[in-house]
Amino acid sequence: MTEASKAKPIPVTVLTGYLGAGKTTLLNRILSENHGRKYAVIVNEFGEIGIDNDLIVESDEEIYEMNNGCVCCTVRGDLIRVVEGLMRRPGRFDGIIVETTGLADPVPVAQTFFMDDDVRAKTELDAVVALVDAKHLPLRLKDSREAEDQIAFADVVLLNKTDLVTPEELAKVEATVRVINPSARIHRTERSEIDLTKVLDQGAFNLERALENDPHFLDQDDHDHDHECGPDCNHDHHHHDHDHHDHDHHHDHAPSPIHDVTVQSVSLRGGEMNPDRFFPWIQKITQTEGPNILRLKGIIAFKGDEERYVVQGVHMIIEGDHQRPWKDGEKRESRLVFIGRELDREKLERTFKACEAAPAEAAAH
Amino acid sequence: MPTVAPLDLEGHVAGVAFLGDVPFFAESSGLIHRLDHGHKTVEAHGGLLSCVRDDATDTLLTGGEDGKVLRVALDGTTTEIASVPRKWISQVAAGPQGAVGYAYGKTAHVRLADGTVKDFAEERTVEGIAFAPKGMRIALARYNGVSLHWVAMAGQPTELEWKGAHTGVTFSPDGRFVVTTMQENALHGWKLDTKPGAETRHMRMTGYPAKVKSTSWSAKGKWLASSGAPAAIVWPFHAKDGPMGKAPLELGTRANMMVTQVSCHPIEEIAAIGYADGMILVVRFADSKEVLLRRPGKGAITAMAWNRNGRQLAFGSEAGDCGVIDIAG
Repeated sequence: MTEASKAKPIPVTVLTGYLGAGKTTLLNRILSENHGRKYAVIVNEFGEIGIDNDLIVESDEEIYEMNNGCVCCTVRGDLIRVVEGLMRRPGRFDGIIVETTGLADPVPVAQTFFMDDDVRAKTELDAVVALVDAKHLPLRLKDSREAEDQIAFADVVLLNKTDLVTPEELAKVEATVRVINPSARIHRTERSEIDLTKVLDQGAFNLERALENDPHFLDQDDHDHDHECGPDCNHDHHHHDHDHHDHDHHHDHAPSPIHDVTVQSVSLRGGEMNPDRFFPWIQKITQTEGPNILRLKGIIAFKGDEERYVVQGVHMIIEGDHQRPWKDGEKRESRLVFIGRELDREKLERTFKACEAAPAEAAAH
Repeated sequence: MPTVAPLDLEGHVAGVAFLGDVPFFAESSGLIHRLDHGHKTVEAHGGLLSCVRDDATDTLLTGGEDGKVLRVALDGTTTEIASVPRKWISQVAAGPQGAVGYAYGKTAHVRLADGTVKDFAEERTVEGIAFAPKGMRIALARYNGVSLHWVAMAGQPTELEWKGAHTGVTFSPDGRFVVTTMQENALHGWKLDTKPGAETRHMRMTGYPAKVKSTSWSAKGKWLASSGAPAAIVWPFHAKDGPMGKAPLELGTRANMMVTQVSCHPIEEIAAIGYADGMILVVRFADSKEVLLRRPGKGAITAMAWNRNGRQLAFGSEAGDCGVIDIAG
């Protein structure tokens, strides 16, 4: 291959969040702080970004449906054009940031980086970062599905405007975020103030790197996430007290005290899998349930395979690869998390279990 | 034997063209180079996105990240046609009588020689503009099809519908066909000379392993060459119904190297084919005979253009290694 095509892919950070959640403030920080890196920024409107910068590009969000008959296979046409233009002169910047409008669906943005060959060849989705207004989230969840989708889809959540709520309210909001998305990293912030190394260059969408950076990723306990409260629910929801602001790990989550959450997650855990059963199973699940699956992430142990296999997906798109050899003494188990709507937990659990390799089969592999 | 006169530039080359016999090389950085008794350079744009030759006036038309549309003359002087701060002008097109088409967002504009500007609003982003070979008419590529507008007349456009994203558009030189490049790996064509009221005739040209980024009509429009495969895919357009029901020629096939640019010769039925590794072949349609014009270079070929008599071919790449090939030697 040629020199130019061998270049390292440019990382792309997607910023989502409802209007007023603090995206512009965060963008201004990224553009003005002295972190030694240059970013090209794709925005819907220049609006309040008070910084003049050649690398801010205005772009109308434009959804393309792919002609393959699949309703969830959508990409952002404008991003394809702008990224192609930017990548003609890649030496100008170290990364690309895509700011989406408050009502934007994050899925087509992310799928663009998987489904368009040109974009995929030159860039790499680094992380989807959602800003959440701690004060207004309960209201947002009542009136918009987008607010929930943005959280469900995120790798990193900035729980912003924490100064505007009481510790109790904050704990509730955080628990809600955790119910919607058990695997995101949550950071509490005021005025979008955050160490940018926790937002940029995360490698979070690259599951292999996410696992290197955070060995406890996917290590949550198997709480029942879609706990349903009746209309008169007044039982004592259990909240954890967080005495530090950066929750890089996430072992704690309580059922949502807010009744407007439609996204659920299903965490599956099993032993060593039979690849001849697992692959047809995950293909079938993503084909039939794809529209309901926002994200899926997992680590799979295959019988007789010396390496961990990581898998991740968006709707119907799934990608998987070997990550690294299993360590001595490491428990060879398989974990898989689905985040989505109307997921049939019982069926997922049962059919996942059915992919396990029987001990007798070990000889065959 | 063909000889190559190289020109090494810094970065990605967005377009090349001959004005008179002077080769021009437009870099994406915004610098425009020409070889006119030595290497000369004009800093035209803060970032250049589009570059086409205006045959009617023998000038270049360029659009930039700086929101400018410029006309560049043989001596390198630039004239501003339009300036739209903060907008990327990724589409420019040359029309008859000095008319210039350009687009940003959902509106296309045509600036006539007398300075009047006509606007054509679409519901979706205008992704391609082409002027018809006869009459002041434009085709605008957009999501789900193409709109055909008469420039001088206010009125409803003719809408050519086909589901999907259309990223570029071209008229056949005889004006009988409109063909688009698509987001999916396909070209789509419409036959325009059907009887009024007759059913629209569609041409689906599919089977490409990659997106088609480059198309070129042969002399008199008998063939349409295209990139997007490890060979130049050349569709026959000489029959009444174009390529319908016909297989294309596959020229310059290589095992594992994609064609990135095609440029048909101005007189003969041959085409220059540029590849992802920088190699360039010239291939004759009649017998598929190939001649190597350039060995692989530093990067994919991104632009090629013949001079008027077809003796010289200028080329540029994504890595900036450019040159002029004299095919007669």
